Amino acid sequence: MGRKKTTSSSPESHRSPDLFLAGKLDLSCFIDSLPHGVLLLDSEHRVLDFNRFLEAMTGYNRQDAKGVRGEYIIRGNFGAITDPVGRVLESDESLVLEGDCINQNRKKIPIRFVISPLKDRSARTFGTVLVLEDISLLRDLDDKVHGLYRHDKIIGHSPRIKEILELLPIAARTDSSALITGETGTGKDLVAESIHNASKRARHPFIKVNCGAIPESLLESELFGHVRGAFTGADRDKPGMFRLAHGGTIFLTEIGDLSLPLQVKLLTVLDDKEFFPVGGSKKIKVDARIIAATHRDLGEFVRLGKFREDLYYRLNVLRIHLPALREREDDFRLLLDYFLREISTGLNKKIRGFSAASLELLSAYRYPGNIRELRNIVEYAVNVCPDETIQPEHLPKSLLAVPETPPPFIPDSGDRPTPTERDAAGDRPQESHPPLMTGPAGWGEVERAMILEALTKTGGSRTRAAELLGWSRSKLWRKIKNHGLE
Amino acid sequence: MNILIPIQRNEVAPRFDLSSEIVIAEIRRGDKSISDPRILLLPRTSGDELCSLIVKENVSCVVCGGIEEAHFEYLLWKKVTVYDGVIGPYGEALEWVLDNRLRSGQILPGASLRK
Repeated sequence: MGRKKTTSSSPESHRSPDLFLAGKLDLSCFIDSLPHGVLLLDSEHRVLDFNRFLEAMTGYNRQDAKGVRGEYIIRGNFGAITDPVGRVLESDESLVLEGDCINQNRKKIPIRFVISPLKDRSARTFGTVLVLEDISLLRDLDDKVHGLYRHDKIIGHSPRIKEILELLPIAARTDSSALITGETGTGKDLVAESIHNASKRARHPFIKVNCGAIPESLLESELFGHVRGAFTGADRDKPGMFRLAHGGTIFLTEIGDLSLPLQVKLLTVLDDKEFFPVGGSKKIKVDARIIAATHRDLGEFVRLGKFREDLYYRLNVLRIHLPALREREDDFRLLLDYFLREISTGLNKKIRGFSAASLELLSAYRYPGNIRELRNIVEYAVNVCPDETIQPEHLPKSLLAVPETPPPFIPDSGDRPTPTERDAAGDRPQESHPPLMTGPAGWGEVERAMILEALTKTGGSRTRAAELLGWSRSKLWRKIKNHGLE
Repeated sequence: MNILIPIQRNEVAPRFDLSSEIVIAEIRRGDKSISDPRILLLPRTSGDELCSLIVKENVSCVVCGGIEEAHFEYLLWKKVTVYDGVIGPYGEALEWVLDNRLRSGQILPGASLRK
C-alpha cells in the first residue's frame, strides 16, 4: 500500500474536449459505462456525482449522496497517505495508490485508487476524479504466481506468534540486520523469507547460506567469492553469495557455526558494505540486507569466546525469537489440521481426521524437532493410513517411546553462570545449552509453569494473568482448576 | 442502553477498523434523553480491539460507517445492535437512535452541504 507514482499534468493535457463543453455528452451516461467505480468531487471533497458501479459497490444512491464528503462514501484505506484528495488538489498532479475499501456487503476489497485533478476550460482545478479499480483478482493471481508475499505462511494464533506477526511488518520496513533465534524446526527460514518478501527488497534475490553445512575452508569463498587463481582449482572468478544477494537479502542460517576469522570479515561487510573476494585486491561494494539465524544461544557463545561480541551486537539489531511448538499449545491443533489437509490433498487421500487415541498420543509428545517434526509425523501417518481416520497404529513408533527432554532455548540469559566443560559447538543442537528445566516437560507442565509465572508476575491477579497469557478469565480459571493450582 | 459510535471529528467515522476516536453515551428511551457522552481516544486503530472494548463497556448499540463482516457478525453474536454504513454528525445519529429512526446505510441530513 502506498504512493506508487505520480504523473505530471500540463494544463493543455487536461483541456476538456469540445464535446463535453458543448454539453452534448451526458456525463452520467459516460461514467456509467466505465467498468470501475468513478467518483467526482468538488474542491471541498464533496460528492458531485458517481457512477452506477460505485453505487453497487458502496450501496449508496448517488442522488442522496451529493454534497457528502467523498471519504464517507468510499470508506477507503489509503495506507500511510493521509488526505490523498487534498494532496492532489494541492499538487495538481495525479496520484495512484493501492489500498482497500469496505463494500456494501461488508467485505474489504483491495482497490487501486487513481486520483486526478478535475479542470475546467481555463485549466483551473475545481475538483478531483477518483477511479476505484477492484484488484482482488490481480492480487490472487499475483499470489499464485509469486507465492504468498505477506506472512500468510506463518500459521498460528497463540499470543507469542501474534507478537511475532506484529513484529514482522516492522522488520520488513527497515534495512537493519535481524537475528532470528529458536530451536530447530521452529520456522526461522520461513520468517526470514517472509521478512524479505514483505520488504522493498522483495524483487531482488533472497540468498540463503547455511554456515553450518559448508566446510570452513570453502565458506569464505562461498560467501565472498574468489578471483581466478586464488587457490588451486580456482580456474575462474566466482561472485560469491554476497554479490548474488546485491539489492536483496542474504540469509545466514546457523550463524553460530561461523568461524572467528569469518566473523571478522562479516563484521567488516556489515560496517563498510564492501569486502575483498578471496585472492582479490579490488574491493567489492554490496548492498544486501543481512538476516542471520541460529538455534544456538549466541549470548552464551559470546561469553564462551566463540562468537565475537561486536558482531553479535551488530546482528542483534532486530531480534525475533521463535517459540518451540510445546510452548504454542493454542496452535497445535491448528497446525495439525493444516498439515493434514495440505498433505491429504497433495496425496489425493480422503482422510478426515485423527481418532481420539491418536490425538492423545500426538498431544503428549514433546516434538524436539518442533513444527518440522510435526509435519513429518502427519505426512507419515497420511501415507500409512488406509482409512478415513488416523489411528495410533498409523503414527510413527517413535511417538510411543518416552522421549528425552530437550532443554529449552532461553536466549541471552545473562544472569546464568558460565558453563565450564561444555562442548558448545557440538553437533546435537540442544547440547550446548545447560538444562534449565529438569524432568519431563510435556505441555501440561509447560502450561502449569506458564500459569504460575503469569500469576507471579501479576501478583496473583487472575484477570491480568489471563490477559498476559492471551486467555479469557474462564479459560484460565478452568486451567488453574485442572492443574490443581487453586 | 449504552451506545458507541466510532467518530472522526464530529462525524460518524467512515471505517470501524480505522477509527481512533469513539463516543460512548447512554440513551434512555424512557425519558427520551441522552446522557453522559464520553469521547475516548484509542491507543491504536484496530477492529478487534474495538470489538473487545464494546463488549467490555456493555455497549448494546453501535453506529458506524463501513465495518467488516467478521466484526459485524461478532457484535451480533454478542447481542449488540449494529447500524452500519451511517454517514453524518454523531450527535444527529444519537438523536435518530433515540427516536428509533436510524437504519443501516442512512445518510443523515447533516452529512451533506448541498449547494
